[in-house]
Amino acid sequence: MGEIDALMHGFAVVLSPMNVLLMFIGIILGVLIGVLPGLGGANGVAILLPLTFTMPPTSAIIMLSCIYWGALFGGAITSILFNIPGEPWSVATTFDGYPMAQKGEAGAALTAAFTSSFIGAFVAVLMITFLAPLVAKFALKFGSPEFFAVYLLTFCSFVGMGKGSPLKILVAMSLGFALAAVGMDTVTGQLRLTFGSTELMRGFDFLIAVIGLFGIGEILLSMEEGLEFSGKKARIDPKIVWQTWKRLPKYWVTSLRSSLVGIWMGITPGGATPASFMSYGLAKKMSKDGAKFGTGQIEGVVAPETAAHAAGTSALLPMLALGIPGSPTAAVLLGGLLIWGLQPGPLLFVEQKDFVWGLIASMYLGNVVGLIVVLTTVPLFASILRIPFSIVAPVIIVICAIGAYTVHGAMLDVWYMLGFGVVGYVFKKLDYPLAPLVLALVLGDKAEDAFRQSMLSSQGDLMILWSNPLVGSITTLALLMLFWPLISKLVAKVRAPKVDEFADQRPVD
Amino acid sequence: MNDSTTTPSRGVRSNSVEAVVALLLLGIGLVMAYESWRLGARWTDDGPGAGYFPFYIALMICFASAGILIQAVRARPRSTELFVDGPSFSRVLQVLLPAALFVAAIHFLGVYLASALYIALFMVLLGKYSWPKAATVGVAVSALFFLMFEVWFKVPLFKGALDPTRFLGY
Repeated sequence: MGEIDALMHGFAVVLSPMNVLLMFIGIILGVLIGVLPGLGGANGVAILLPLTFTMPPTSAIIMLSCIYWGALFGGAITSILFNIPGEPWSVATTFDGYPMAQKGEAGAALTAAFTSSFIGAFVAVLMITFLAPLVAKFALKFGSPEFFAVYLLTFCSFVGMGKGSPLKILVAMSLGFALAAVGMDTVTGQLRLTFGSTELMRGFDFLIAVIGLFGIGEILLSMEEGLEFSGKKARIDPKIVWQTWKRLPKYWVTSLRSSLVGIWMGITPGGATPASFMSYGLAKKMSKDGAKFGTGQIEGVVAPETAAHAAGTSALLPMLALGIPGSPTAAVLLGGLLIWGLQPGPLLFVEQKDFVWGLIASMYLGNVVGLIVVLTTVPLFASILRIPFSIVAPVIIVICAIGAYTVHGAMLDVWYMLGFGVVGYVFKKLDYPLAPLVLALVLGDKAEDAFRQSMLSSQGDLMILWSNPLVGSITTLALLMLFWPLISKLVAKVRAPKVDEFADQRPVD
Repeated sequence: MNDSTTTPSRGVRSNSVEAVVALLLLGIGLVMAYESWRLGARWTDDGPGAGYFPFYIALMICFASAGILIQAVRARPRSTELFVDGPSFSRVLQVLLPAALFVAAIHFLGVYLASALYIALFMVLLGKYSWPKAATVGVAVSALFFLMFEVWFKVPLFKGALDPTRFLGY
């Protein structure tokens, strides 16, 4: 069992006092980010990334990934106590979480949510521990056509599995690629799409885009509703935790099913949001109390939270093993790796053993630390939500501006960030998805390189994407995904479609 | 979203915004396609040209945004769903315009003074707080950021053309 040895070595790397301290700081910052409107996993990590440039990569990734776990935990707090999902993936948690809080069971709902998050993440990390090295080993044989096919599959999956208009997904994605192409061409050294402007030579940094699209855009959206928080009080005492824990084992089937749904949706770029909805829907259908869902069933909190956290964690598998992130936050972490001089992808497992296994070990520890922190500090974070929006909004805008400035130390980036904020606001309102845009912006150069190298080796013949069974089946699957919206329409004409009862509530992301 | 058949209110219709955004995207796509073609979107002696990949991306933008445009125009013209109604839009501008002023202020005053002023003014003008309270919060938040970035993490932020925080020695 080479993995176990490697993992133990990873624990040894992680368990230094400094790293454990960073873990706690990361989790607390993460929960704070998850609770505050306008700051989420992706832009929170993007803003804090520049602070870690001077740290050793292992410590930096531990802190950043802990921020991510914290944000995943934090989303549940606002959903349950305030009926406001702090993150898109916690929308499904409001269905039963808020009714529980109204019945005075806020403590039980929060305990159930945190514990299920922990379980979901734990199952996903177990999967990563054993699967990631295998995937990486397999991917070592990949050439550029295979890599391009995997990129193609990633992006086509957005079209096939995303909610909303396929055309809008396509536009958002292409726009990301377009923004990535601006600036110096890495192969020929020519300037592209700069229209003679020296400012555009640097291109668009995706961190700026993430901070603007998700941060400023979100603030503008919440401002429109004139946000007034009116939340339920929460207190978690050890007795409630203990009683809730005694109730949870009854739902082990739901937990297991939700974890698997989450893992599947996390590895494929479905993401945490659809995973939580799918898992809630399945639990409602399969539970014997299904009819009572929506009135404050503890099982209705367990299902979406387990799946969301499992998906959020498994999104790191393709990022580590293939260099292809499964979610915007994973994309930001990938950006971090590149900045620290690490090349994500299969070779990472060979060349940077300390780093990879340190990260995986920190996933185990980070989630334990996270569970402890959130269970003990909920009242503190709930009180942060009671700070009026007219104080929170300007502070968050200041934080975003500082974050955008620190990426390159350029004031122009702060203006770009505002611009991206307006784009984010309009796109959100018109249901253009932002995740494909961000991923395309991050992966644009690499996808293009893979494409050009494949084309070079085949002298421009697209059939190289079907040149062997492996690359052929990935490409075919990708095209199937791309045309899935059309195919499913045809199928629907032949057979009556299933009605998705939560279609309206599910956000496009 | 407001349904103006029941609550008549003024604002911009979703369909119009949808069409305008699609047109803009179509424009971006066309400009990009032209520029990529100019750069060399075809096969050169040593492989695909610099505009090869962007050209196809541009075609995809054109194709998809044209589709969205057609959908938006063909949607029932009487669909009165609003993109945003008057009061909401003014609330959005109330955040967006001061934010732009804030970024402009950073150019002259630097991050710290501009942030303190911005937070305090925002609280007084939009949150109806008293001056002393607002000033305290503004200065406190700004001081916290100063400690965090300049002192603890040693990441210098923009000090502005006038550099009003020069006396602090950072």
